Amino acid sequence: MSIPNNLRYTKTHEWVRVEGNTAVVGITDHAQQELTDIVYVEPPHAGDNVEAGHQCAVVESVKAASDIYAPVSGEVIAANTELASSPELVNQDAYGHGWLFKVKMSDPPQVDELLTPDEYANHIGE
Amino acid sequence: MRMYYGAVVMPVSESLKRTPLYSAHVALGAKMVPFGGWEMPVYYSSIMEEHHAVRQRVGLFDISHMGEFIISGPQAELKLNQLLTNDIRRCALGQAQYSLLCNDDSGIIDDLIVYRLNADKFLLVVNASNIAGDLAWFRARLDVEDHSGATAALALQGPDAAQLLGIRIPHFHIGSFNVFGVECRAARTGYTGEDGFELLCHAGDAARLWTELLARGAQPCGLGARDTLRMEMCYPLHGQDITTATTPLEAGLGRFVALDKPDFIGRAALLAQQARGLTRKLAAFKMIEKAPPPRPHYPLFAGNRRIGEVTSGAPSPSLGIGIGMGYVEADAAAPGTPIGVQIRDRMFAAVIETKPFWKKKK
Repeated sequence: MSIPNNLRYTKTHEWVRVEGNTAVVGITDHAQQELTDIVYVEPPHAGDNVEAGHQCAVVESVKAASDIYAPVSGEVIAANTELASSPELVNQDAYGHGWLFKVKMSDPPQVDELLTPDEYANHIGE
Repeated sequence: MRMYYGAVVMPVSESLKRTPLYSAHVALGAKMVPFGGWEMPVYYSSIMEEHHAVRQRVGLFDISHMGEFIISGPQAELKLNQLLTNDIRRCALGQAQYSLLCNDDSGIIDDLIVYRLNADKFLLVVNASNIAGDLAWFRARLDVEDHSGATAALALQGPDAAQLLGIRIPHFHIGSFNVFGVECRAARTGYTGEDGFELLCHAGDAARLWTELLARGAQPCGLGARDTLRMEMCYPLHGQDITTATTPLEAGLGRFVALDKPDFIGRAALLAQQARGLTRKLAAFKMIEKAPPPRPHYPLFAGNRRIGEVTSGAPSPSLGIGIGMGYVEADAAAPGTPIGVQIRDRMFAAVIETKPFWKKKK
């Protein structure tokens, strides 16, 4: 199971990569393995305001629809438009081309409350 | 992230039952989920991959959770025929027959397969979640032996199944065979739309039979693929597409209802419904635009008019688009009717299709 060192995590299996005041958000390798066969992604729209801990996107696999929660609060500045035609990117490259959306953080210190890679590994029992 | 199955959060049950193959599933790395009171594999590798394995080669399913009843005796045929909708007199020796168990209101208690083992001995294979309910219904009306706990069942399904198994048995028939050293009843039946077999054996032999079949190239397949395969065939799932709140006529299962045979439970209600005409029908539909997969309970619309809701839905691995079934008002049930599926807060275009979606390659 891949848990990159340069990311922070939520208990609900989202990851965050901090780039200045921007948070890039996706779902973890563990999450994509649990879902398998991702067939549809509904990211938030640019301009939407998202709130930490609140549902803001949907990822659908063959069997299930899953709510995605915003790890941090702020304004969505981009959504991964490639996922509309290639949702399987989330399975193939969860931390890279499978990113979901970018948030301009309204409260950057929120990132410090997220799980470290070690804490996330413990959380999923790795 | 929080996973939902359909529109319902997955239930967590403390007391799930396990089949004799539970540890075999875990050893293969299966993702186990609750289904009808049982802890069952939903997939091993991926639902998509397992689905294609059955359509193109051969897959193996553990269906030991299903129930097996034996009903025998000189009165067995007569009494069963008073409880089931199909005419059991038309089921020849060694033959299988799909039938429905209805209540007085013609609501569907269960759907099942009857096998005639002898002139006066019948095997019934029923849905796992209905074993207790069916037993109570039968026991109030006839003598029944419940073999569900002692019997394991494996479904070997796909175009290569017959070659792998190497036994000869006509479609929709059952016989006794020694399959790779395991004594089985083998039936040429299934729930996938492909050629295939359902093998019943003693629970203690299940692991050996499972291993033998995997060693000969069958791919282990979970309930996820079983669900998408049956949906492409528009086979109803009891508890979703058919329930005690729906009738065989509404479900489009009239060809399994012998209204012309002597009286059976539900017949009067079915005759009355036939005379009144149907107000709703179980229709199959296909999305016609890029859309999230349809799921149970999503509302269905014709224009602005709500005409029903989805009972089963999924992305179809064979068709590459979302498909589903649902009860709709009878005047909106004809193939070709454009409908809308409301998914979260948006409406997506779909069309009513002729059943089934998938036709087996000859």
